[in-house]
Amino acid sequence: MINSYGAKAKVDPKDAKLSMAHFFVAFGALALGGLMGLLQTLVRSGKFELPLGIGYYQVLTAHGVLMGLVLTTFFIMGFQYAAVSRTAGTHSNAARTTGWVGFWLMTAGTLMSGTMILLNEASVLYTFYAPLQAHWIFYLGLTLVVVGSWVDGAAQIMTYAKWRRNNPGKPSPLLSFMAVINTVMWIVATIGVAATVLFQLLPWSLGLVDRVDVLVSRTLFWYFGHPLVYFWLLPAYMCWYAIIPKIIGGKIFSDSLARLSFILFLLFSIPVGFHHQLTEPGIDPAWKFFQVILTFMVVIPSLMTAFSLFATFERYGRGKGAKGLLGWFKVLPWNDARFIVPFIGMASFIPAGAGGIINASNQMDQVVHNTIWVTGHFHLTAATSVVLTFFGISYWLVPHLTGRKLTKAMNKLGIIQAWVWFIGMAFMSGAMHIQGLLGGPRRSAFSTYGDSQQALDWIPYQIAQAVGGTILFLGIILVVIIFINLAFFAPKGEEEFPVGEAENLDEKAPMVFENWKLWLGILTALILFAYTIPFIDIIQNAPPGSKGFKTW
Amino acid sequence: MANPELKTKQKTEIEDSSSLKGTFASVLFLGLFIIISWLSVYFLFVERF
Amino acid sequence: MHMHKLEKIWLILGISCLIIFLTTVGVSAFYLGNKPPSCLTTIDSEKVDTTKPFDKPGLHKVEGKEWDYELVYVASAFSYNPAKVEVPLGAKVKVIATTKDVIHGFEVAGTNINMMLEPGYVSEYTTTFDKAGEYLIVCNEYCGSGHHLMFSKIEVVK
Repeated sequence: MINSYGAKAKVDPKDAKLSMAHFFVAFGALALGGLMGLLQTLVRSGKFELPLGIGYYQVLTAHGVLMGLVLTTFFIMGFQYAAVSRTAGTHSNAARTTGWVGFWLMTAGTLMSGTMILLNEASVLYTFYAPLQAHWIFYLGLTLVVVGSWVDGAAQIMTYAKWRRNNPGKPSPLLSFMAVINTVMWIVATIGVAATVLFQLLPWSLGLVDRVDVLVSRTLFWYFGHPLVYFWLLPAYMCWYAIIPKIIGGKIFSDSLARLSFILFLLFSIPVGFHHQLTEPGIDPAWKFFQVILTFMVVIPSLMTAFSLFATFERYGRGKGAKGLLGWFKVLPWNDARFIVPFIGMASFIPAGAGGIINASNQMDQVVHNTIWVTGHFHLTAATSVVLTFFGISYWLVPHLTGRKLTKAMNKLGIIQAWVWFIGMAFMSGAMHIQGLLGGPRRSAFSTYGDSQQALDWIPYQIAQAVGGTILFLGIILVVIIFINLAFFAPKGEEEFPVGEAENLDEKAPMVFENWKLWLGILTALILFAYTIPFIDIIQNAPPGSKGFKTW
Repeated sequence: MANPELKTKQKTEIEDSSSLKGTFASVLFLGLFIIISWLSVYFLFVERF
Repeated sequence: MHMHKLEKIWLILGISCLIIFLTTVGVSAFYLGNKPPSCLTTIDSEKVDTTKPFDKPGLHKVEGKEWDYELVYVASAFSYNPAKVEVPLGAKVKVIATTKDVIHGFEVAGTNINMMLEPGYVSEYTTTFDKAGEYLIVCNEYCGSGHHLMFSKIEVVK
């Protein structure tokens, strides 16, 4: 009975078109953003200067916005839209129209913000911390991206709700459930960034108000900033939990535990933003520590995930007759790009997760805060675990949507791409981690800081990063070639959209997981508990506001 | 409701005895990695002024 | 919902480990005084130069306090005042800093002195400079086109 009611083996061509529209923007952003990343690592090596008076920080802003906001949001919305269509049934015309409206809003917003970055009117990085003041069109563009993503996400929720109405008393299809959890988390999280942009930064950049409360703005930003990274991660988890088992020919270890871990992510991803503000003045250390505790809670679903994934692999391997403690590892389908590409992503999450626990460990943040260790960290989480999984997904999803086949040649190129990425990232992220522990700052152009010995000692690591960055750029060229091939040139045919089945079909997921009133209620309570008192403190004890600065 | 639950119970007991030793070893390795990394940075914090 | 017994053991071990981490940093922060910099003092960022102690940036010996020296910094795009100081080895110093314009970082590379400077707020951190050598102060939060040129130096001397 595993939730197959309403599911179609193939995503409807009308839905496929909208998903593909998302992917074109996403991979376009990847190509451009990747070039920006390459330029940054070259500048930081000290051996190269940007031509034509282009600023390092302009390039850095473009890289962050394109990779962190555009690539991720567009890919995720496109993937989840297809996953809901595949598992909960074709979207209705109303839902599809909603999806298109969302897509165009996001695209228009991206173009507006992008133009301002190109004109050097918004070199404020993708975190746009006040009182750096960008052009108001930059903020308006970002607002449209966020509002567009709400509308886009509403399409998924509409189809999920329709499935629930048609199937009373039944747990929804796992992939649809997961997609909706992620969309709901995103909507709740983006309220923070929407609030600071709409009520603070837009009126201020338009000149309607003179001053802005910097700490309020940062706190609202980080209320959004941490769930943002889980918004990136959860689609990868969707693939690991619910798609990889089918690809390898195994079973989902436990449907219920997968749902439970997603509920925990929904609850504990948001009330934790202070762990990005640990070294800031104006926030009570007791409240910082409270949010550190909540941050550690969000480690638990990842511990569960690790066990489930290994268990899926072991069960599959033992079913194939593998012997010994780790013999099952050898029989996994190492020649299938759909498996190995996300698998390298999973493996990278081990050091990535360990680094994350360190970052969140209250005063230990002083060792790494705003050093390039942090950049190394999120290039393992977002730029390896998440992005490699997205690549792995696109290798079957793009041909599935365009009615083509993943050929042997492209499969092989996909595997090569993943290894190129892995090697490039080992150089770049590894060097970033070490340089960070030695104190090297993030977000900085090349500098010897008045020939300080400490800064001179960092340079070899910066050269290693440029080597890694160059290898990674090769990886981006490969992935763009594969994407274009699968979208336009691969032979016509049927490519499967794999959806895993649970090992134990008799064990129905408890319906309490679908009780949105309950989870949203607990989520609201947690957010209010974690934020109300410190937020009132921040407002009541606020210093005079800041005027805008344009220091670039 | 009671019937399928009974069935599940029997089935899961069988499953429990099936081996997930490799999984357990793998997650323990992962835990060890986390502990070692965390301790290294913690000692760096303690040692620095 | 059923959970395999090895998964239960794994989660118990994992969660215990997290609790140990939290207890370690919690005790260190709240009983041993190693809280991350979280000064609650505010200031008018446009009147920094005339507000004590920022009217006299630099190292000052103080009496009758838990620390021996106060080391006062004023940050603005793209420099720190003072640009260089000497601190006697073994001195217990309260570092006090603020910014006159945008957000800056204040990181003494290779040490635990690492804090955000935000307009309107004073940032403080007290520590004992117990290792000799030259230390670089870098701005580690993006502040504009000269961000990477913003630094200062501390020499810890015998």
